[in-house]
Amino acid sequence: MNLPETRPSADPATPRNAPATAGAPAPKPAGKAAKHRLEEWRGQAFVYLCVLLLVVIIFSIVVFIASRGLTPFVSQGVSVKEMLFGLEWAPEADHPMFGALPFLFGSFSTSLLAAIIAAPLGICAALFMTEMMPKLGKTILQPAIELLAGIPSVVYGFVGLSVIVPFLRHTFPGQGVGIMAGAIVLSVMILPTITTIATDALRSLPAGLKEGSYALGATRWQTIARIILPTTLPALLTGVVLGIARAFGEALAVQMVIGNAPHIPHSLFESATTLTSIITLSMGNTTTGSLHNNALWSLALILLLMTFLFVFIVRMLERRSKHA
Amino acid sequence: MIIEIERLQLYYSAFHALKNVNLSIPENRVTAFIGPSGCGKSTLLRTLNRMNDTIPGVRIEGEVTIQGRNIYGSETEVEFLRKRVGMVFQQPNPFPKSIYDNVAYGPRLHGVTKKAELDGIVERSLRSASLWQEVKDVLKKSAWSLSGGQQQRLCIARALAVEPEILLMDESTSALDPISTTKIEELTRELREKYTIVMVTHNMHQAARISDRTVFFLNGEVVEASDTEALFRSPVDQRTEDYISGRFG
Repeated sequence: MNLPETRPSADPATPRNAPATAGAPAPKPAGKAAKHRLEEWRGQAFVYLCVLLLVVIIFSIVVFIASRGLTPFVSQGVSVKEMLFGLEWAPEADHPMFGALPFLFGSFSTSLLAAIIAAPLGICAALFMTEMMPKLGKTILQPAIELLAGIPSVVYGFVGLSVIVPFLRHTFPGQGVGIMAGAIVLSVMILPTITTIATDALRSLPAGLKEGSYALGATRWQTIARIILPTTLPALLTGVVLGIARAFGEALAVQMVIGNAPHIPHSLFESATTLTSIITLSMGNTTTGSLHNNALWSLALILLLMTFLFVFIVRMLERRSKHA
Repeated sequence: MIIEIERLQLYYSAFHALKNVNLSIPENRVTAFIGPSGCGKSTLLRTLNRMNDTIPGVRIEGEVTIQGRNIYGSETEVEFLRKRVGMVFQQPNPFPKSIYDNVAYGPRLHGVTKKAELDGIVERSLRSASLWQEVKDVLKKSAWSLSGGQQQRLCIARALAVEPEILLMDESTSALDPISTTKIEELTRELREKYTIVMVTHNMHQAARISDRTVFFLNGEVVEASDTEALFRSPVDQRTEDYISGRFG
């Protein structure tokens, strides 16, 4: 998720990286050593090639999205300000308007709300699995939560549409579709991310810290609240941020329950939309190179930048947890 | 006798780790448990503050009384017991907090909240652990910035801060360099004025240097328990003699 594959390229090449053996076949008397060098060289070449390919792919994706996404601002007369703060999205009108604030608002509010719902659930589940009932947690709860990660998003959307939306419609004023429905569906979807990362963090806590606390007469709850949670906080937040990133990028399930009205709603139970929904809904109806099409690429660019931001936050948190 | 252990049996699931241990531990003395690895000395130490409770599959029979009260009785509160019976571990394990907060951790758990009172406890505890002079100007710094030996003395200070009567030391110098070890040994001698100290050590010389009484364990049993001088000069049991003369272990 945070592109660990690109790391090997940053490593200083080993000094044994031998251009000497690279060209000519090894002379016969050297025998075994030459064979080893050749193998070494072949292995390294393969790894470098894969990494290079990967870097090229990532780079091309970014360049492509950026070039398309920047076109409306550079040569088609749309201002960045209008896109980020405009409230009206009417790309096919006589005076086309490209205000994406409602989508930004929808994406952020559903993702954050989903994280607010899922974080306590996920962290408590992780505490239960590591501190309270490790046996039961490992055999039942953990597989159950991991199963959630494998359910296709269309199924989440379907369940949301047939269960959550009617429930919200009957319980609260409004049509049922909207940010709340989207957030609830997303919270279940990101629960595995948050729980898995929290569980790993809690398991990797040195046993000595907990023992030290118990040995001073702390209860289990005191130990959790004063030692375990503060010590693992950066890692727990990493899980939450990755969850938000996942929620931010999720398109289908949210699109099915949010209502897809391009305006900022007045309540959590009113139709709204997100960046991803508007892209999937509109892209089939535009022609390549048109202003409308390029504007959708601008939205994709915003999504990409947000992802960078999330990865950056996660990196900062990781650094903090290392220097604790 | 501050601690009396009677007919103690301890099982880790099917493994019989402590076999019918009977032992008295005197007040304000340093008692050392020695013996080869896996002989049960650490296990016995951890029954004294019930740290074994957290290990799944542990079963304990018999009685351990501290000042006349059975610590495995139903009326004993584990948290209160551990406040009275402090523990220092093999690896220094300061919390990832400031030096001050490490020492104040215990008192805060037990309800001390006033800043002035905490300040007093922190200074007194750090002085008792002969660490005050080294850290008095950096109390806000992370405990993890200290050296291993300082961290271990911090852990002693942290244990003393809740005013225990008994201090258990589980091979507390084995992860330290010789100079830090000497400091902790000297400290142990000083602390026995006010505390009863029970230490586990795999280093016989350490036991001979600093303990008043020595208990020799083998395969989960107490082989011999007597005054340190007597035990090392004229052991009664052949197995003790073999061990202290370096013939095994």
